[in-house]
Amino acid sequence: MSERVSLREAYGNILVKLGRERDDFITLDADMCGATFVEIFRQEFPGRHLRFGIAEQNMMCAAAGLSTTGYIPIVNTMAVFASMRALEQFRTSVAFPRFNVKVVASHQGLGVGNDGPTHQGIEDIAIMRAIPNTVVLSPADRVELEAMVRFMLDHKGPVYLRTGRLPVPNVHDGSYRFSLGRWPIIREGCDCTIVACAVMVEKALDAAELLSSEGISAQVINASTLKPVDEEDFVRKVAATGSVVTVEDHTTIGGVGTIVSDILCKHHPMPVEKVGIDDCFGESGSPEELYEKYGITVEEICKAVRCAIDRRDILRSGI
Amino acid sequence: MNGSLNQISSETISKLARTACQVRQRIVRMVYDGGSGHCGGSLSVADILTVLYFHVLRIRADEPLWPGRDRFVLSKGHACPALYAVLAMRGFFPDSELKMFRQVDGMLQGHPEYGIPGVEAVGGSLGQGFSTAMGMAVGLKLKGLDQRVYCVIGDGEIQEGMVWETAMAAGHYRLDNFTCFLDRNRLQGDGRTDEIMDIEPVRDKWLAFNWEVLEIDGNDIGQIIGAVDRAHRVDSKPQMIIAHTVKGKGVSFMEDVASWHGTAPPTEEELSIALKELKAAEEGVG
Repeated sequence: MSERVSLREAYGNILVKLGRERDDFITLDADMCGATFVEIFRQEFPGRHLRFGIAEQNMMCAAAGLSTTGYIPIVNTMAVFASMRALEQFRTSVAFPRFNVKVVASHQGLGVGNDGPTHQGIEDIAIMRAIPNTVVLSPADRVELEAMVRFMLDHKGPVYLRTGRLPVPNVHDGSYRFSLGRWPIIREGCDCTIVACAVMVEKALDAAELLSSEGISAQVINASTLKPVDEEDFVRKVAATGSVVTVEDHTTIGGVGTIVSDILCKHHPMPVEKVGIDDCFGESGSPEELYEKYGITVEEICKAVRCAIDRRDILRSGI
Repeated sequence: MNGSLNQISSETISKLARTACQVRQRIVRMVYDGGSGHCGGSLSVADILTVLYFHVLRIRADEPLWPGRDRFVLSKGHACPALYAVLAMRGFFPDSELKMFRQVDGMLQGHPEYGIPGVEAVGGSLGQGFSTAMGMAVGLKLKGLDQRVYCVIGDGEIQEGMVWETAMAAGHYRLDNFTCFLDRNRLQGDGRTDEIMDIEPVRDKWLAFNWEVLEIDGNDIGQIIGAVDRAHRVDSKPQMIIAHTVKGKGVSFMEDVASWHGTAPPTEEELSIALKELKAAEEGVG
């Protein structure tokens, strides 16, 4: 695997690259230029960045207004502020009129680490998916991130894109092509499918590797478009494995586990085990310590896979 | 008295005053037909919207999204019967749409919806329209365009926290292309603003946020025109015109009565009295 870079840092560099290619977008921040890495873009294009001070609600509606004057505004802040502090502004003034506003949020989940639960956005997928007219994206690595930022700028309408604070390796190679709603298969397998999101894709791959030494062949899928999801495409990819484990650094209520369960209940019922934050807040600590304490580890994924396969086998044997 | 106001003929003022009476007739009828809606705050801003739509705004009814247009956002979106009335009268859509106000499959939603011809932003979740309008002013200024953005906010609305985030940003960015009216009718949903959450000293608040502040009788056509004229000449500052108005203005039994904030409609009898009073006022304009 390649070197590790956090997606927020990669995002700052991608903005600069795209800023040289096109002049139709501007960036906005609420005293988070450093934390979101938009500072790199601001340094290069000071005339294309607007500061709003510590005022996310105004920033969100101002972006709505800016979008009507021919700009593509990109709102930058942490997930907790984007998805909660400024949620109603996003819902009513951006999503409802389908204004061409992009929201890029960093700091998801326990991966935020020592800043603690106030800054760990563990609900943003559930919240943003509930808003009509909204595309929700969560890339696993910087290859996918760049493809998604390009898509986001070309797409007409509201997009919520998650970056992240934890350094991650590339899991896709240069042949990766982003297709809205379709979840890429990162590793082939036939006994169970592990559906992972964002920083959890790497853990899913580690789990699949570990399981292969036990003779279990696990497929790994990257759930990177959280809305809309191509349900048929997903069912086609998981049907043969007959069981699924979802992995997310997010509450298991309304996140990837819920998306997968909803689709499978409707089209192709099969056992689903969820690994994620079990309806509680996090705490301060290093990300790895927190993942250990809150049960989001390679070992827990392996355990969930064995459980899902057992459940599948019981169903298949008709007991 | 301001110099250029003297250049406005009394005929122009009378014509606008008559138009405002027609706007008011549409407001009460719309709320009656719709079965609900906000009469009080719509009537208080009727004169301001009349002056903006029939005297000030550079807009094209046959091309609502004309790139060169000025923008208007009704942040106190519950007063949308006033907005829908002026838009219909300016020809953005037929008067017949007013009958479908608040009705299923009708175009005219209970609060302004983007997509209705002439409506520039969603309004009604208080504080948001003001901020969205501010973003428009930033965008137009960044592009070096001379178009202006106008906005009406309610006096109760400024109790919302994000109003002050917006006020601070507008002052910071020196948005002299941003002209706002504060509809100071002293009433809000549950009663008098000074009893529910006092907003005074309101003038000092806007001054402290680096705005130019003007104060007028917001039901006086001549004073509204004069204030807009003065606002246009302000350099490097957004302008807040504190418009002292009467909630329910023009209908005797609605004036300064909190219960006419919304959303119960007038009865048939009340409608007929209201229309009679408003028609008499229209005919009485000198």
